[in-house]
Amino acid sequence: MSDPERDPSRDPALLRGLTQSRISRRGLIRAGGALGGAAAISALLAACSIPGSDQGGAAASEIDWTSWWAGKKKAGTLNFANWPLYIDQDDKGNSQSLALFTKATGIEVNYKEVIQDIPGFYAKVAPLLRGKQSTGYDLMVITNGWELTEMIQNGWLAQLDHSQLPNFAKYADPSIMFPSFDPGNLHSAVWQTGFTGLAYNEKLTGPITSFADLLDPKYKGKIGMLSDNTEYGNAALLAIGVDPNKSTRDDWKKAYDWLKKLEPNVAKFYDQGYTDALQNGDIWISQCYSGDIFQVQAGGHPEIKYVTPKEGQVMWHDNMCIPITADHPVDALAWMNFYYTPEIAGLVADYVNYVCPVPAARDYILNTIGDPDVANSPLVFPNAETLAKSHEYYVYKDYADYQAWNKLFNPIAQS
Amino acid sequence: MSAIDTSTISLPSSPVKGRRFARLSVPYFLAIVGSAWMIVLFLIPLISGLLVSLMTGNVEQGYTLTWNFGIYAQLFGPGADVPYALFLGRALLFGVTATLITIVIGYPMAYFIAFRVTPRWKTPLLALVMVSFLVSFIIRTDMWAFLLGGNGPLLSLLHRLGVSGDFHILGTPAAVIGGLAYNNLPFMVLPIYVALERIDARLFEAASDLYGNPRTVFMKTTLPLSRSGIFSGILLVFIDCVGDPVNAQLLGGKSTYLIGQAIQDTYLTQQEYNVAAALSTVLMIALGIILFAYARIFGTENIEDLV
Amino acid sequence: MTQTATTPVKAPFAELRAKRRPGLPIIYWVVIAITLLPILSMIVYSFNVAPNHRITYVWHGFTFAYYLHLTDLSGLWQAFVLSIVIALASSAISVVIGTPLALALERYRFLGRRLISGIVFVDIAAPSIVVGAASLSFFLTVNLHTGFLTILLVHVAFNVAYVVVTLRARLSGMGTVLEEAAGDLGATPLTAFFRVTVPLLMPGILASFLLALAMSIDDYVITAFVAGPATTFPLFVYGVKTGLPPQVLCFGTIIFVVGLVLAFANGALNRRSSI
Repeated sequence: MSDPERDPSRDPALLRGLTQSRISRRGLIRAGGALGGAAAISALLAACSIPGSDQGGAAASEIDWTSWWAGKKKAGTLNFANWPLYIDQDDKGNSQSLALFTKATGIEVNYKEVIQDIPGFYAKVAPLLRGKQSTGYDLMVITNGWELTEMIQNGWLAQLDHSQLPNFAKYADPSIMFPSFDPGNLHSAVWQTGFTGLAYNEKLTGPITSFADLLDPKYKGKIGMLSDNTEYGNAALLAIGVDPNKSTRDDWKKAYDWLKKLEPNVAKFYDQGYTDALQNGDIWISQCYSGDIFQVQAGGHPEIKYVTPKEGQVMWHDNMCIPITADHPVDALAWMNFYYTPEIAGLVADYVNYVCPVPAARDYILNTIGDPDVANSPLVFPNAETLAKSHEYYVYKDYADYQAWNKLFNPIAQS
Repeated sequence: MSAIDTSTISLPSSPVKGRRFARLSVPYFLAIVGSAWMIVLFLIPLISGLLVSLMTGNVEQGYTLTWNFGIYAQLFGPGADVPYALFLGRALLFGVTATLITIVIGYPMAYFIAFRVTPRWKTPLLALVMVSFLVSFIIRTDMWAFLLGGNGPLLSLLHRLGVSGDFHILGTPAAVIGGLAYNNLPFMVLPIYVALERIDARLFEAASDLYGNPRTVFMKTTLPLSRSGIFSGILLVFIDCVGDPVNAQLLGGKSTYLIGQAIQDTYLTQQEYNVAAALSTVLMIALGIILFAYARIFGTENIEDLV
Repeated sequence: MTQTATTPVKAPFAELRAKRRPGLPIIYWVVIAITLLPILSMIVYSFNVAPNHRITYVWHGFTFAYYLHLTDLSGLWQAFVLSIVIALASSAISVVIGTPLALALERYRFLGRRLISGIVFVDIAAPSIVVGAASLSFFLTVNLHTGFLTILLVHVAFNVAYVVVTLRARLSGMGTVLEEAAGDLGATPLTAFFRVTVPLLMPGILASFLLALAMSIDDYVITAFVAGPATTFPLFVYGVKTGLPPQVLCFGTIIFVVGLVLAFANGALNRRSSI
């Protein structure tokens, strides 16, 4: 006897439960929306890609630069992108050199301190240059390295019209002309130069004279190196006696082995903080930038000494260059020419304290400005002997070259 | 806000339907601006940014979207030439440690402000926790480097007290974890305070009547009620710690390279955009899994809300 | 277990608690002292004579000079002002749009709620470098010139998530009892919102505002990508190659002192209990 109300096959609720769709309406809407959205997005994105830079190079070499410059006129404005505090400043926060420039040429300068580091700056302007748009800057100060090489190879920099740069030819230090990374100064003119050498605390160590000294076991955990693999890689090449710009992949491997030998002595790979560590006594010796040591000594630590190692030191440059999409390239060129005089270069070097590209500025600083500390400093006006021992970074041939360098040297600092 | 005022809703015909529409549409109106802002200015750019991980190519020849899921195995699998898995694991470890430290220190501080301070001083003392963090990170870190450095006041003091030994504080994992905990402390204190503060004081009286023992009151009443605050704090602190590149860079030493630094370096210096995007995706997924597991196990009071 | 049936609690509850746990104020003040150590150091060295106009940790003498010459360095003080403006604006905006969003997420069930919660999580979790680079590409695609506006837009985009997370911690479990009571007393939903909900949320709103302020003022990576020709304080300071000038410490001191004064002015002026 079956009770209709108890019989499972007759219970409407149970039947409903058994046959009801498991997917609620809300769930369906949700799923449908997600699928539809995903489909739409993937359709859009299948077309997505990031263009490569090898397309730019061909175009640049086809440009007739004489007529390119002939078509450009002076505009009366200059958008100048530089690093912070990298130009002279008087007590009122004004730059005398920029003021003199405006007086002499009538060109107003919009000085923008927007460069914090080169990879970051490159990441900001590359998409614009790739799209052939204006970056908003007519003049940029770029350190030589992979990013500058890329910009040159991609055809993103205007070739300089040296007929409008007579001061460069007249006053520039021969050592900075025709650098390996920009043969013929086609695209750049040096703003400031710096050396990467060694600094040591003479109270805690004896005099240090060479890279070989660093391998001494008594310096275990007391040495600082820079974290940029370009810096320690090139230093290692010099340490094993190879000129970076003549180095081969085998040389790189030997440099890597040298770094591995050095490693137990290295306390840390520093970005910038090695100056504090040296002053604190945390480290006794460090790879360093010449300008930083000038500041440390002037700040009350004369015991921190800078030395050009026997095997040689690295020399790098911050270079003025003009993007090809600049709105006012002629004005940028006018500034480059104006800068390369003893007076203006001297004003800048006196404040910035890196190596000045105009040797004649030394007399100007000594006599007219009256600053013997800067004029006589080998960190601002190096002698010929120091220059003879200074080498440029290795110039990468292409991205594969750069990648090989990175793959080999990165594990030293990134472990 | 006019949606709540039913007289301006003209679509539905009957007053009941109108009110229902108004009631149902309230959350959408509340959420619309914030959600739209995040979707347009954050989510869409982010998704396109992460999709770069599935592209192949390099900076010279360009990147094309090839749906290359293999990159994940390449970077994290056994054959990886750079130990990204190690960097991620290390970052997670540092993150967990730093987060625990902020909880241990931050909870008592939040409790103190919420319950031991007269109401008039609650805001000032809370603000006091935050106010040092208005000063730029780089200034604070430089000052710590000076204070903790070899010739700095702390070690000089210790040397004079006779504690000798060649120890560095900077350049060790401890320094990085300390920096992470220090810089994230307010982000733990604030949410816990906010959650504790809304607990009705009478609950404590009732609980004390019930349990009598302050420790039990705390374990059975206060702590569970502040769970949502702890979770919010963990969310903010843990995520920031694991992905952080700056503390490791400034305070770290030789074996402290972390995933956040790897992401930055692969993007900016090595210009391997697809690798950077892939590392970012894995980082976010790892964080998501861990936080989801935490929410399931320890509860956040409203688990499903945070999924 | 307990003995409350026969031994009633004699002293007021709060007093009993205080007697048994003196450790709490000690923990608080010790930690505050530690967080203030570098600040103290900063204040001290902002008065240090710097012979070559760069910060030095060797004590050369006491001077007010750098405070009197704050605006001397072109670029630095404009960057400082810009950072403050952006921090205040983005925090205010994100609180205004984040509060309704937090309310919606916490109190209502609606289509897309889980999705939006997930987006908030991803917003906090996403590494800055990817967000920064992707935001820059986005602005380029829509042809929006980078500068003050783009920095503001992006700062709000990430601050909103922090505001939402903090407020949800507050709202969680708060319930709608009081608003319903207000409704029973004749308040419209709007009145209930402003008279009941907002005051109850105030500590959370304030806390999230402070949080957003701290996140915005110090942001480097994302801002670096979308700043264009604008420079904020962290951008300026990170990029200096030639040694930081002492004015940087002066600005830090000013920001700290202003924050301190505002914090305590609030306490000194506030006679009513802050809920």
